[in-house]
Amino acid sequence: MGRYVIRRLLQMIPVFIGSTFLIFFMVYALGDPVAALFGDKAPDPATAARIRHDLYLDQPLWKQYLHYMGQIFQGDFGTAFNGQKVTELLAAAYPVTLRLTLVAIVIELIVGVTLGVVSGLRRGRAVDSSVLILTLIVISVPTFVTGYVLQFLFGVKWDVIRPTVSPDAPFGELILPGIVLALVSLAYVTRLTRTSIAENVRADYVRTAVAKGLPRRRVITRHLLRNSLIPVITFIGTDIGSLMGGAIVTEKIFNIHGVGYQIYQGILRNNAPTVVGFVTILVIVFLLANLLVDLLYAVLDPRIRYA
Amino acid sequence: MRGATHAKWAACAVAVALAATACGGGADTSGGGSGDGSGIVRSSWGDPQNPIEPANTNEVQGGKVLDMIFRGLVKYDPKTGEAQNTVAEKIDTTDSQNFTVTIKDGWTFSNGEKVTAKSFVDAWNYGAHIDNKQNNSTFFSNIEGYDEVHPESGAAKAKTMSGLVVKDDKTFTVKLSEKFSLWPQTLGYQAFSPLPQAFFKDHAGWLKKPVGNGPYVIESYTKGSGMKLRKWDDYKGEDAAKNGGVDLNVYTDNNTAYTDLMAGNIDLVDDVPAKQLKNVKNDLGDRYINQPALIIQTLVFPLYDKNWGKDGMEKVRRGLSMAINREQITKQIFQDTRTPAKDWTSPALGDKGGYDPEGCGDACKYDPAQAKKLIEEGGGLPGGKVTVTSNVDTGSHRDWMDAVCNSINNALGKGAVCTVDPVGTFADFRSRTAQFKWTGPFRSGWQADYPLIQNFLQPLYYTGASSNYGKFTDKKFDDLVDRANQESDTAKAVEDFQSAQKLLGDQMPAIPLWYQNGSAGYSENVGDVALNQFSVPVYEEITVN
Repeated sequence: MGRYVIRRLLQMIPVFIGSTFLIFFMVYALGDPVAALFGDKAPDPATAARIRHDLYLDQPLWKQYLHYMGQIFQGDFGTAFNGQKVTELLAAAYPVTLRLTLVAIVIELIVGVTLGVVSGLRRGRAVDSSVLILTLIVISVPTFVTGYVLQFLFGVKWDVIRPTVSPDAPFGELILPGIVLALVSLAYVTRLTRTSIAENVRADYVRTAVAKGLPRRRVITRHLLRNSLIPVITFIGTDIGSLMGGAIVTEKIFNIHGVGYQIYQGILRNNAPTVVGFVTILVIVFLLANLLVDLLYAVLDPRIRYA
Repeated sequence: MRGATHAKWAACAVAVALAATACGGGADTSGGGSGDGSGIVRSSWGDPQNPIEPANTNEVQGGKVLDMIFRGLVKYDPKTGEAQNTVAEKIDTTDSQNFTVTIKDGWTFSNGEKVTAKSFVDAWNYGAHIDNKQNNSTFFSNIEGYDEVHPESGAAKAKTMSGLVVKDDKTFTVKLSEKFSLWPQTLGYQAFSPLPQAFFKDHAGWLKKPVGNGPYVIESYTKGSGMKLRKWDDYKGEDAAKNGGVDLNVYTDNNTAYTDLMAGNIDLVDDVPAKQLKNVKNDLGDRYINQPALIIQTLVFPLYDKNWGKDGMEKVRRGLSMAINREQITKQIFQDTRTPAKDWTSPALGDKGGYDPEGCGDACKYDPAQAKKLIEEGGGLPGGKVTVTSNVDTGSHRDWMDAVCNSINNALGKGAVCTVDPVGTFADFRSRTAQFKWTGPFRSGWQADYPLIQNFLQPLYYTGASSNYGKFTDKKFDDLVDRANQESDTAKAVEDFQSAQKLLGDQMPAIPLWYQNGSAGYSENVGDVALNQFSVPVYEEITVN
């Protein structure tokens, strides 16, 4: 187990270097950020040259990248154009998005798995069909539609909640954005659980458990659900990463100053340090989440062992 | 807030599982003011791109703040655009090149420091110096000695500009490198604001919480999320704030800000999203402002490209201009938040300032038959095609470009000869523009820094000017601009600029499309909301009910 974890951690190094380089290269390819600093006016050549020099932009790409990586290993993620350190931005934005993701994942798990179990156990019945139709609808409606509609209904029409999230973004205000963010994945979780349950419900070990006279609740939670969760956990592991990065739309609608917003802003302003800094952390989150998922397999299914 | 309190709490109870802690959302008080001038205005804001300092802020979001916390030598009247002395007692000149500035007694910064001649001279020298990398440094470029502190390459040769001399606490003289009669009227731009010594002593500290001499002081500033400004009680100027303060809240999307306005969480949005323009009359009634600002959108021809720049092509360029149905596009796509252009300036200048509704004449009127004829006479489109370009990340640029192309295609009746080349980001678009890489007409939006006709013409069309991206050059035009700048009488200077503008009508280096309006919407909580020429709300005039 320990050796496996170390091996996985070591594998992350090339992935990390490769992905940061790709991102750096892509942001670099977007064009000259200094020109955009001056709006519709012509940049003054001397000032622009000085800014480029200070931001290391007058060097060839590979030198810029080495310089940037050198700084990262010293804990310096560079500076955004408004004079804020990228580390400050990271410290401000990540907790917010993390909270949002957490709310979304919890909703996804509780509601999704419950619906999946119910419809999986009653395959072909009315409950099952209606859950299937519901999830189909949810999957086909884009996030920004559900976002704007729910925001309008709850925030403006019925005036139940604040339509936007305040800068501190406490959990209470993140519930509606969390639901919006979770909806699509929730549908997938439901369907994955349903299929898995429906398959395993006829497995030998379930029949054995039932034959032994175990209570139904115990059969379902201990024997059936636990063995059916592996595909769901895999999905959620990859989903953590995409939820954090993909929250751009939701964050925009609800005015949440999180990761999505900062990356969007960074891309618009061609600010390489912001974009690369944020995406680098995202990459790490993604890698760690996947590692965690792989380790969870062993917990869920003792047949899986890592050496 | 919305009357149905019972219903609201009932809904709250039902939705308690949804948002237990968020109930009472709409009940935020707005500072508790009741018409006594102590209420707080809650306004939408965007994250400023650069640190907020006078010589470095060149966009409207940071500009808003500077507008509230600084007063310069002159200020533009929000209605007429006329430059009025504010901190300046008088600005004298005999030759349009040497100016003596006298400042009024009694002005102080909010930290107690006096506003003296030195406050201005130090600030301007700071703004001009290359080591400080200020975005607005070029505003000082007509002061003598600018090349010494801001050489085109290499290190600065001097610390200060020789053209600025402090005479005593209240007077300083300015020598320009050449005659420029309208120079005093340019001083309302924020880059010319005075700075307290605190700025130079603790720069990082100042940037965290800027200190100025305007009607507001900054109470707190959280980068990326908001700023609280409060009325400065000891403010000596005539335009003291009529409210208790302004809270600026950062919105990442103007749609969200609009939703919050509807929900009663903020009082003022100064950018009504395009999607909501259809509803705005219903939602806000007369609490919606839509007025021309000092912004014009044009399509510039790359005259550096032989296909577009060669003799005879002016007919084609004029023809293209006449093929665009401006009325229809501004109505259908922009819901009248743009005004069809009739010259190369802006109606916000006013007639006295040089706006000329006949400036472009027939060339800006939609006339498909004449357009077709002119283009044929001029030898047709280069290669039979024209490609229109702009960034498409903001401002409905994609939509109007499609419409312009349709309009041209319909007028010419030769199928899809006009196509659109959308560019993903503004930064990319800018850098390609600056490298003169276009082969067809490209968008250029121009927001004037001060309400002067000079600012609409000289930087854009004078030979070798800083923002002359089409590389237009015309000896007669240059001569007229030079003459205007030497004119000691303002009215005469404006006339000269207008005759220079007439030449643009013949040459058509850029097609004037439309003037951009400033828009704003506000809640029932506030009154007396107005926009100035820069489409920034005049915050100090707003009253809170």
